[in-house]
Amino acid sequence: MTDTTEATEATSEAADGRAPTRRSLIGWGGAGLALGAAAAGGAVAMARTGNDVDPTAAETGAAVAFHGTHQAGIATAVQDRLHFAAFDVKTDDRAEFVQLLKDWTEAARRITAGHTVGEGAYGGLAEAPPDDTGEALGLKPSRLTLTIGFGPSLFDKFGLKDQRPEALVDLPKFPGDNLEQARSNGDLCIQACADDPQVAVHAIRNLARIGFGKVAIRWSQLGFGKTSSTTPDAQTPRNLMGFKDGTRNIAGTETDRLKKFVWVGEGDGPDWMAGGSYLVARRIRMNIETWDRTSLQEQEDVFGRDKGEGAPVGKAKERDKPFLKAMKPDAHVRLAHPDSNDGATILRRGYSFTDGTDGLGRLEAGLFFLAYQRDVRKGFIPVQRNLSRLDALNEYIQHVSSAVFAVPPGVRDKDDWWGRALFSKEA
Amino acid sequence: MRAVRLSVVTAAATAAALAAVTGCTEKSDAKGGDAIQVTAADSTCDTSAKSVPAGQVTLKIENKGSKATEVEIVFPDDRIVSEKENIGPGTKYTLTAEVKAGSYEIACRPGMKGHGVRQKLTVTGGKVAKRDPRLDKAVAAYREYAQTQADETLPKAEAFAKAIKAGDIEAAKKEFATSRLGWERTEPVAESFGDIDPKVDVREDGLEDGQDPAKDWTGWHRLEKSLWQDKKIGDREKELADQLVKDLTDWKERVGKAEITPTSMANGAKELLDEVATGKVTGEEDRYSHTDLSDFKGNVEGAQEAYELLKPVAKENDAALTTELDKQFTALNTLLDKYRTDKTSYDFTSYDKVGDADRKELSDAVNALAEPLSKLAAAVVK
Repeated sequence: MTDTTEATEATSEAADGRAPTRRSLIGWGGAGLALGAAAAGGAVAMARTGNDVDPTAAETGAAVAFHGTHQAGIATAVQDRLHFAAFDVKTDDRAEFVQLLKDWTEAARRITAGHTVGEGAYGGLAEAPPDDTGEALGLKPSRLTLTIGFGPSLFDKFGLKDQRPEALVDLPKFPGDNLEQARSNGDLCIQACADDPQVAVHAIRNLARIGFGKVAIRWSQLGFGKTSSTTPDAQTPRNLMGFKDGTRNIAGTETDRLKKFVWVGEGDGPDWMAGGSYLVARRIRMNIETWDRTSLQEQEDVFGRDKGEGAPVGKAKERDKPFLKAMKPDAHVRLAHPDSNDGATILRRGYSFTDGTDGLGRLEAGLFFLAYQRDVRKGFIPVQRNLSRLDALNEYIQHVSSAVFAVPPGVRDKDDWWGRALFSKEA
Repeated sequence: MRAVRLSVVTAAATAAALAAVTGCTEKSDAKGGDAIQVTAADSTCDTSAKSVPAGQVTLKIENKGSKATEVEIVFPDDRIVSEKENIGPGTKYTLTAEVKAGSYEIACRPGMKGHGVRQKLTVTGGKVAKRDPRLDKAVAAYREYAQTQADETLPKAEAFAKAIKAGDIEAAKKEFATSRLGWERTEPVAESFGDIDPKVDVREDGLEDGQDPAKDWTGWHRLEKSLWQDKKIGDREKELADQLVKDLTDWKERVGKAEITPTSMANGAKELLDEVATGKVTGEEDRYSHTDLSDFKGNVEGAQEAYELLKPVAKENDAALTTELDKQFTALNTLLDKYRTDKTSYDFTSYDKVGDADRKELSDAVNALAEPLSKLAAAVVK
């Protein structure tokens, strides 16, 4: 079997690199097509190996393994598109909620492998709505990852109070925050990332549908144009301000830094979080129009890098080590750098967003910031405290929503489910 | 490899299901895969079979006439399933189409115009509807309910009309919401007639380009606008009040003839929740009077009535579903009760006073009920 998917430590029965298409597996037609697709896929993969061509996972639309020590969607090479949803829990029945987590896990296992939900999108009982909504039929898995997180408010429910991790703190109010409550927080979140936006939206839509009555979507956000890469060899993406973003981000292959800064360790506590991470999500609105009227010099001063190459002040190349003292004291890169924050380092995985325009004709655009870390108190909080007080960029941005989640470890195998370690504890 | 393995398993399961279906399939005089010979001439259209099994249907057409012809498979309402135009004299053509079970006609249209010469075609297959006496009873009881709602609406609509004709705005406002309840409870039945709903319940935005609101807009919402927004009653409003009573009388007289099946009852219940989700939760339905919650309650009551009647059968087929539906109906009704002080009255909080967070809560509760409700029809016919 050829391996066209990225290397992960996990194995998945579906992620065989053959990029199955999302055909319903129900009915004669569906079965024949699926068989045909699998056979054809195998042939293509072999031909590619024969030619010694190694297409990237994005080009093949391959599946990312769902099972693993850690959840996919964190250290995974960043996909192009995002649909992020926060949910509120609507049931007070613990068993019902646990069943939902199991049902969600099963659906996630299928969708990430490129299959339909349940019994498919057609071919079932004519009197019933199909289990799957169908818009992803024929699309490839597109490296879809689905990552679940538990918000602080979840621990007020189901007798979970004692299980709330100390590191899952409520974020303090930072200067300049203008947070919209209806778009902030949430008992749960699901981050769907894929190279095809329709695949990401299909995933959230179907999971939300499975959840009706048990959970309800509180808010959701679409994102495009990944703003931080976890693959340093690839070209660094640019944010909507036109600057390269994430040059010195933690790479998915940097096992040591991931272990030190991203994954919750065995002794960090609580036990059920070992192998997990903490996620901070912030919707950062950009004042696009005023930024665009800002001189190039000021733009570069604000970031501390040049706009074309992305080199730090005084350096020639993007990846040259920044000399922070050469930058202005209020430069964004200088203030956000680990050296300015006692070494605090986070893994950024944000996306740009443009939700049309606001009532004043301004682009409703910005950065949907997503950051993973081992401990929010040693990651996002000190960095943001520093930035919110001093950053020259604050003139052009505003944080308008905020949420924090405990992201449990990965689903190990087909019998495991999201949150098992947490919910298997005595209430 | 999982994809492949799964396919095989499901294919086998499907084969078993197909075999089970075949066991109770009607007889056809052509076997599956056999083509029907269609011999078209200038005034005849002969077909070699009058019934075929559902699935791929093949017509082997030969035009023995002197004019070019057109051959179609059509639904009883003349919608075309499949057609081949311009088959020249002396030529042959093979037409294939996927056809579901039902009654159809094969039409040959010499000269490619007119009604043509037609032959019946019955497409058999699928499950033969087995009649469950409990479902027959449920349908009968629901028809009675729909009739009662229409019967009881009439005097209320007359009281509403009377107040308008007396020029009494305040009295008319009081009668408005209650006059709508019976309609809201059984709207899918009323809508099945097609022509009544646009006369009595259309909103101003439901009019098409070219329709004049002054002339073409009739019914409750037109009067609602006069009472709450324009705050005046003129001759036109008095005329419209009479018209409303007349149209509702028409509804009342036709309810008995409505086509009601267990499936349409179940889907009707779901449609009532759809009405809530798209019109009431958003406050669009009663945008002048803000009496949306009264309509909301009516929709839920009507859905619950249909559900309760179907429940004995649904419970046998899918007990988990009925447990969930019981729970979600209770949850939604409890939530609605927060918006009225007297549980026997339909006097609800004015919807413009219901904030965004509360509307979201109502919307979540509607979704929580509507999602399982969409599975009721399948549980009834299983």
